[in-house]
Amino acid sequence: MPETIEITVKDLNFYYSGTVHVLKNINLPVYKNSVTALIGPSGCGKTTLLRCFNRMHDLYPNNRYEGEILLGQENILLNSMDLIHLRSRIGMVFQKPTPFPMSIFDNIAYGLKLKGIKKIADQSERVEKALRHAHLWDEVKDKLKTSAYELSGGQQQRLVIARALAVNPEILLFDEPTSALDPLSTAKIEELMEILKREITIIIVTHNMQQAARISDWTGFLMLGELVEFDRTDKIFTTPSQKLTEDYVTGRFG
Amino acid sequence: MEEKRHINIQYDSELREVKESLIYMGALTEKAIDKGINALIERNTELARQAMVEDDLIDKLDVEIEEKCIRLLALRQPAARDLRFIATAIKINGHLERIADMAVKIAEKAIILNNEPQLKPYIDLPRMAAVARGMIKESLDAFINEDVSLAEKVRKDDEIIDNLNEQIFRELLTFMMEEPHTIPRAMIISQISKSLERISDHAKGIADMVIYMVTGTTVRHKFPRVSEEN
Repeated sequence: MPETIEITVKDLNFYYSGTVHVLKNINLPVYKNSVTALIGPSGCGKTTLLRCFNRMHDLYPNNRYEGEILLGQENILLNSMDLIHLRSRIGMVFQKPTPFPMSIFDNIAYGLKLKGIKKIADQSERVEKALRHAHLWDEVKDKLKTSAYELSGGQQQRLVIARALAVNPEILLFDEPTSALDPLSTAKIEELMEILKREITIIIVTHNMQQAARISDWTGFLMLGELVEFDRTDKIFTTPSQKLTEDYVTGRFG
Repeated sequence: MEEKRHINIQYDSELREVKESLIYMGALTEKAIDKGINALIERNTELARQAMVEDDLIDKLDVEIEEKCIRLLALRQPAARDLRFIATAIKINGHLERIADMAVKIAEKAIILNNEPQLKPYIDLPRMAAVARGMIKESLDAFINEDVSLAEKVRKDDEIIDNLNEQIFRELLTFMMEEPHTIPRAMIISQISKSLERISDHAKGIADMVIYMVTGTTVRHKFPRVSEEN
C-alpha cells in the first residue's frame, strides 16, 4: 500500500520563552493511517514536538516556532491559523485522564456543543458513536448520566479518547496515554489505537519502548532536541542506523 | 572495541554468560570432532567412546543456553544489537549441538571400521576434517570478535569441503565397482565424509548468523559469489 504523507515537519525549531532552544531543525514525515512513536530520554524534546502539532505551546506567552508544519498544504504554524479549528482536527490525549467534572454523556457532548451541534438527538447519536468507537459503549451505556469520575482510570482514558473522536479529528496526539494505567487497561488502549489508525493518524509519545515497538509503524528517536533517527519501527528496534539509537533502545543509556 | 555497558549491570552479565557458555560449548564441540576423526585415523576405539560419552555434556549445555536465551527474551525484551545477539546465540547453539551429533556419528562409524581391515590409507578425509574443524574455530572466533571478514572466509571455505566430499565419493565409487566386497566399508567412509560436509554446513550457518548479528543483513541462502558481485 503506498503511503501518503499527512504531515510534513520542515526545519522546525522551537524556543521556550523565546530563548531556550528546545527543538533543533526537526524534519520528519508523518504518514497517514499509521502510528508514529516519538521516543527518547527525558528532556529530549519529544513532548515539546508533540505539542507543536496542535499548537499547545501557544497557551503560554513568548514561545516561538520557526520552520513549518504542513498539514496537507497548510502551514499550521502561521499566526493566521484558527487554533480552535486546528485542535478539533488534531486532538490530544494526555498522560493522566482528564475527564471534565460532569456526566459521561456531557463530557462527550461538550465538544459537539462547541461545534454547534445543539439538538439532543444529534448529540445522542454522536455520543454513542464516539463511545462505541473508543470501545467504551458496552461498559457505560446504562450509566451515561453518572459522573465521569466514577469510571476507572482506564475507562476515563477511553472516555477522553471518545471525547476527542466525537469531533471527527484527522489526527490524534497521545502524550504517554498509558503510563498511569495498569497492564490490562494499557492493552485495551493499545488495541484501540490499532483499530483507530484505520481511520485516523496517530502520533504517540511514550517512555515505554516496548509499547512503541508494539504499536507503532514509524519511530522517531530524539535526543537533546534533535531527531537522531526516523525510520520504520521494526528497523529501529532490530537494526537501527545510528549508534546513539542503538545505545538507547538497548538500554545502554537513558 | 570498548563496548558501552547497559544501565542494568545484571543484564550485561547475563548476556556475557550466554556468550561464555557458547564459547565453552564450541571448545567441547571442536574436541569432539578431533576425537571422532582421530579415532578413525589412529584406529583408536577408546577415543571414539570418549567422544560419544562427552556428547551428553554438550546436549546439557544446548538446553541450558537455550533456556538462558529464552529467559533473556522474556525478561529483558532485548532490542537491536542485543536482540540480534540473542537470536544468533540461539541459532549457533543449535548448530553446535548438531555438529557434536555429527562427531558422535563419526565416532560410531569409526568403531565399526576399526574392527575391519583398513580399506585404504586415509588422505582426503583427514584434510577434510582439518578444514571443517578450522571452519568451526574460525566461525566461533568471528562470533567472539564480531569479525565479518573472517565469517565471509568461512562461508567460502564451505566450497573446499563440498569439493573434497565429491572427490572422496568418486574415489570410493571406483573401489566399490572394482571390488564389491568393499561396499560396506566404502559406504561407511562415504557417510563419514557426508558428516564432515554437514559439519561444514553448520559452520557456514554460524558464519551467516555472525554476519547477521554484526550487520543486520541476512546472507543465508546466498552464495558468496553473488554477494561479491553486488
